[in-house]
Amino acid sequence: MTYAYYPGCSLHSSAKEYDHSLRAVCSRLGVELVEIEKWFCCGTTPAHSVSRLLAAALPLGNLAIVQKMRLKEVIVPCAACFWRFKSAVYDVANDNGLREKVEEVIKDSGSHDVKVYHPLELLSLEPQLGEIASLVKRDLTDLKVVCYYGCLLTRPPKVVQFDVCEYPESMDRILGALGITTLDWSYKTDCCGASFALTRTDIVLKLSHEILDGAKSVGADAIVVACPLCHTNLDTRQEEIKQTYGLNYELPILYFTQLIGLSFGLSPREMLLGKHFITTEKLLGVKRYAG
Amino acid sequence: MAIKTIHVPQGFSDFAEAISSVSGVNVNLCFQCTKCASGCPVSFAMDYTPPQLIHAIQLGLSDLVFKSKTVWLCASCQTCTTRCPQEVDLAVVMDALRIIAQRQKLQAKVPEIPTFYRSALRTVALFGRMYELGMIVMLKLATRSLSKDIGLGLKMLMKGKLNILPTFKGALTARRIISQVEAREKL
Repeated sequence: MTYAYYPGCSLHSSAKEYDHSLRAVCSRLGVELVEIEKWFCCGTTPAHSVSRLLAAALPLGNLAIVQKMRLKEVIVPCAACFWRFKSAVYDVANDNGLREKVEEVIKDSGSHDVKVYHPLELLSLEPQLGEIASLVKRDLTDLKVVCYYGCLLTRPPKVVQFDVCEYPESMDRILGALGITTLDWSYKTDCCGASFALTRTDIVLKLSHEILDGAKSVGADAIVVACPLCHTNLDTRQEEIKQTYGLNYELPILYFTQLIGLSFGLSPREMLLGKHFITTEKLLGVKRYAG
Repeated sequence: MAIKTIHVPQGFSDFAEAISSVSGVNVNLCFQCTKCASGCPVSFAMDYTPPQLIHAIQLGLSDLVFKSKTVWLCASCQTCTTRCPQEVDLAVVMDALRIIAQRQKLQAKVPEIPTFYRSALRTVALFGRMYELGMIVMLKLATRSLSKDIGLGLKMLMKGKLNILPTFKGALTARRIISQVEAREKL
C-alpha cells in the first residue's frame, strides 16, 4: 500500500516524535508513505478566520501536488490539518462558486477527488489492525490509559465523516489490539484550547487542566493523543498548570504511534520519548525504558 | 442598573442577510435552545454566549456583535456546530464575523487574536510553512509581550521542538496562492 504523506508544519518541528513514530510503525506494517514534495502550510485557523477562499485553496493546492504524484490517497496525521483538508474538500463539493475560484487560484481542477485519511482511520481498520496485534513483541498490558481525540478529528461529522463524533473508539481499538487497557472517561473530544496557546494562554491552562484532571480521576497512567496541538498543550503546560491551579499532575502524554512502536519492540529512544517535557520513564518502568 | 432601550428592526435583519451571504448560514433558524452555550468550552471567557450573539445577529445589532469578545474567543472546536438541532453552523458564522470585522478594519476587542492571524499568514507567505520561531518573535513584538513564554520557548528549543532556521520548501506555491487571494479579495 502506498499513500501520499502530508506531515504538516508541527510534525517537522514541535511534534517530530509523532512524525518519526508514525513512519516507523507504517514501515513495519508495510504501508509506504511518500512525503509530498514541496508541501506547504494548510493555513489552519488564521486562514479560515481571514478568507474562505484562502482556507480552501491552501489544502487543495497541496492535494493538487498529490494528484501530480499519481496517488489517490493522502495521510494527514495532524488533527487540525486533517480537519482543514476535509473542510476544503467538503466546501468545494457543496459550493460551485467557491470551487471555480479555488481552481483558478491553484490552477488545477479535480484535486478534491484525492481521499484524505487520518492515520487512526487507516490503522484501526483491517487488515492493519490484525497485523498490529500480530507484531506485538513488548508486553504493555499493565498500562491503563485514556484516549484523547481532541475536538477536530471527528467534528463536524458531516465534514470529516470519521468515527463516532461524541465518543470515538478507533484509538481505543488500536491500543486494545496491543493489550493496553483504555479507560472510559468524559473528555475524549473536549477542546484543549488549541491555537490560543500563544495568545490566550489562560484559556489553554484552564481547559488542559480540566482534561488532565478528568484523566487522573479515572485512574489513567497516561493520556494518549493523535494531534500535535493537543500534545503540546497537555505536555508542555503542566508546570504552569501547577503554578496556576496548585495541582501537580505529572501525567505523561504519548502519541498513539509511540505506543504502537514501543509495543513492536522499538526502543524509547527510537520513539523519541526524550522530547517530552513530562518523563515517561516511570510509566514504562526502568527495565523497559532501557529497551 | 440603568435600563437601556435597544431599537430593533422589524422582520429579518439586514445583518443576518449579510452573514448568510458570506457564510451560507441562516441564523434565523436558531430558536435559542442554548445547547451550544452548554457545550462551548470557552463561554466562561466570553462576554456574550454563542446563542446570545446569534440572537443579536437576528436583531441586527451589528455594533454589539463586532464589539464583543465572543467573536475572537471562539476556539473553532466545532462542538456547537456538531450539536445544533437546527443545523446552524455557528463556527462558520464566527468565521464570517471575523472575516467581515477584519475587512472593515474594525477594532478587535481581543486584538492579539487578529495580530496572531496576520503574523502566522505572513510567515506562511514568506516560508511556505509555519516557521514557529519567526512567527512567535513577530507576534511577541507586535503584542509587546516578549518576556511571556520565554522559559517555555527555550526549553522547546533545547528539546529540538522548535527549528532555529526556516525552510523555503513549498514557499513559491504558497506565496502565489496567498497573493492571488489577496488581490482578488483586496485583503
